[in-house]
Amino acid sequence: MTAIKKEESAGFDRQTIDYIQRAAASGLYEIRGLGAKRRVPNFDDLLFLAASLSRYPLEGYRERCATKTVLGTRHATRPVELAIPITIAGMSFGALSARVKESLGRAATEVGTSTTTGDGGMTPEERDSSKILVYQCLPSRYGFNPDDVRRADAIEIVIGQGAKPGGGGMLLGQKVNPRVARMRTLPQGVDQRSASRHPDWTGPDDLVIKIKELREITDWEKPIYVKVGATRVFNDVKLAVHAGADVVVVDGMQGGTAATQTVFIEHVGIPTLAALRQAVDALEDLNMRGTVQLIISGGIRSGADVAKALAMGADAVAIGQGVLFALGCNSDTYVEGNQHLSAAQDYARLGTAPGYCHHCHTGQCPVGVTTQDPLLELRLDPAVGAKRLKNYLKTVNMELTTIARACGKQDVHHLEKEDLVALTVEAAAMAAIPLAGTSWIPGR
Amino acid sequence: MANLKPTPRTTPAPAAAAHARQFDLARDSLRDLNAFLHRRAAAEGVTLVQISNPDGAHSIACGLNSALDVHIHGHVGYYAAGMNKSASVTVHGNAGPGVAENMMSGRVHIRGFASTAAGASAHGGLLIIDGDASLRCGISLKGGDIVVGGGVGSFSAFMAQAGRMVICGDAEDALGDSLYEAVIYVRGKVRSLGADARFEPMTDADRATVTDLLALSGMDHDAAEFKRVASARSLYHWNADTDQEY
Ligand code: SF4
Repeated sequence: MTAIKKEESAGFDRQTIDYIQRAAASGLYEIRGLGAKRRVPNFDDLLFLAASLSRYPLEGYRERCATKTVLGTRHATRPVELAIPITIAGMSFGALSARVKESLGRAATEVGTSTTTGDGGMTPEERDSSKILVYQCLPSRYGFNPDDVRRADAIEIVIGQGAKPGGGGMLLGQKVNPRVARMRTLPQGVDQRSASRHPDWTGPDDLVIKIKELREITDWEKPIYVKVGATRVFNDVKLAVHAGADVVVVDGMQGGTAATQTVFIEHVGIPTLAALRQAVDALEDLNMRGTVQLIISGGIRSGADVAKALAMGADAVAIGQGVLFALGCNSDTYVEGNQHLSAAQDYARLGTAPGYCHHCHTGQCPVGVTTQDPLLELRLDPAVGAKRLKNYLKTVNMELTTIARACGKQDVHHLEKEDLVALTVEAAAMAAIPLAGTSWIPGR
Repeated sequence: MANLKPTPRTTPAPAAAAHARQFDLARDSLRDLNAFLHRRAAAEGVTLVQISNPDGAHSIACGLNSALDVHIHGHVGYYAAGMNKSASVTVHGNAGPGVAENMMSGRVHIRGFASTAAGASAHGGLLIIDGDASLRCGISLKGGDIVVGGGVGSFSAFMAQAGRMVICGDAEDALGDSLYEAVIYVRGKVRSLGADARFEPMTDADRATVTDLLALSGMDHDAAEFKRVASARSLYHWNADTDQEY
C-alpha cells in the first residue's frame, strides 16, 4: 500500500474547503457569536518596564493604589463615578437572558462599576440590580423611551460595534420569544436584522444636534457617551469630540457579538491595540485628554490588558466576552443547586465542544448564558453568576493594581506609555511603543 | 404637494391666566424653557405654554412628560417635541428633521411642512403634518400614528414595525421598504414600493381606521380613496431563495 500523501494547501486548507462547501450547500453566509478568532497584534505583544533603579515601586501589599474613575466630566452635571476602571460592555436583553442581565447588575454594583444595556431596551431586572447603568441609544431604537432615558445614569449613542462596524444588529428567531418580541415591537420568532443607521440623523453635523437633544431631555445631567466600532478611529474620535461627547468608547475588532456574519467578525475593523493608539492621538491632537474620557473595549481579558490599555491612554475599559466566560461560557459544566453538571451533550448537539463554542446565535447556550429558552436559562442562577463575575472583576482589578504598584504608581491612571515596550515590530508600529531593548518605533 | 398657503406667522395670545405661560426665545434660553416644561410647569399648575420667536432653534419642547398644551409660533429646527409623552405640541410653522422622533404618546401637530425623519421611531401618539413630509417620514415607526396632509419623500416608513401612517398625497420611492407590521394608507400615487412592501385590499376595518385618523387630524377626505400598503413578510426569516441583498 502506498502511503497517503497529505499535502494541505495553504490557500485552500480544510477550513476553507469546508467554508466553500457549506456555502454551496446552504446559499447563506455563516452567522456566529463571540469575536474574531484569528490572531491579531494585541496587548500580549506589550510588556511593562516596572520600577528598578530609575523608578521607585510601591509596596505591593500595603500601599494604596487608587482605582477611582470618573467619566463624563466635560458637560454633564452628574458624571459617573466608578470604583474601578473596568466596566461591563453593552450586551442586549435578547442576546442574554434577564437572569444574566441581573447577574451583571449585581456583580457590577458590588464592585462599584457600571453595566450597559444593549440592542433590546432596558429591563427592570437590570435597572434594579445595577447601581450605575448606561443606556444605549442604538440605530434600531428597540424599546428606547424617555422614561428609561431619565432612569439611566448615562446615555451611550452607538454608532458601531467592533465585531461589525457598519453593520446592524441581528437576533435570530429562536431568541425572539414573547418578551423579547414585545420589548422590541417585533413579531415573535422573526429573524431580526436591525438597522445600521440611526433613523433621525445621518452625519457628524446632525450628531451635534442629536446629542444636544438628549442633553435637553435629561436637563444636561447625564454624561453622553459615543461608541464607535474601530475603523477610521482617528477621524471618528475627533468627530465624536466635536459632536460634544463626554466620553468616547472605541470597540476594537476583537469585540464580541451575539450573532454576526463570520465574514464581518474576521475581516472588518482594526485591532484594539491600533484603535487605542489612534483614539489617544486624536484626543491629544484636540488637547482633550482628561476632558473627554476614553473607554476601550474589544478583547480585554485580564488585569495586564487593562493596565496596558490605561498606560496607553485609556481612562477605562469595557469587557463583554470576558464577562460571559466568567459566567461559564465554554465551560464543561453548569451549576445546579450545588452540583456541577456536564453540558458536554448539549455542546455536541450544537456541533461543538467546550472551548470551541461560538453558538450564541442559536439560543441554545449549553450553560444558560445566551439563551431565552426557559429551561436552559435556569442553568445560570443569578446569584451564582453574580458571585463568579464579581470574583473575576476583583481579580482583574487586583492584577491591575499589582502592575501599577510595581511601576511605582499610586493611582492606576498614572500608568503611562513610557512604562511599556513592544515585543513585536507590528505591535510597536501600531501602538507607537518602542520595540523592547531599543528606542525604535517603526514609522516614527 | 400639499396645497398650503405660506404658514402664517401667528402671534401668541397674551398669557395672563395663571395656567398659562409665555416664552420668547429671542429673550429666554432654550434650556430654561425645556427645564420649565419638564419640571416646573406641572408643579406650578401651568397647562398652556406659548412660545414665540423659535427661529429654527433645535430641540424645542423635547422630552415633555405631562399633559401640557404647547404652541410654538414660527419655524422649528431639529427634534421639536422629540420623545414627547402626554403633551400636545402645535408648531404654527414648518419643522426641521426628526420632529416628534421617538414620541411615546400625546399629539404633535405641524401646521406647515416637515423635513426628514418626521416621527422617526415613534412608539405612540399622533403626529399630524398639514403639509408635505420629506424623506424617511415614519422610519422605524413602532406604534405611533402619522397623518400627512400632503405627500411623503422616499424611504418613508422604512423598517416600520408597528403603527399606522396615512398619506393624503403622493409617496416617492421605496415606500415601506422592509416593513414589519406597520400599515400605510396612501391616497395619491406611489412612485415605487420598497422591498417586501405590497398593496393589499382595503377592508372595512381599514376604511374605519382611515376615517378615524383623518377626523382626529382635521382632514377631510373619503377613506375609499386610500390604498393599503403592508408587509409581504417574505424577509421575516432567513431563506436562501429570497433575494436578501442586505
Ligand atoms: S457557551 Fe453559550 S455563551 Fe458561550 S459561546 Fe457557547 S452559546 Fe455562546
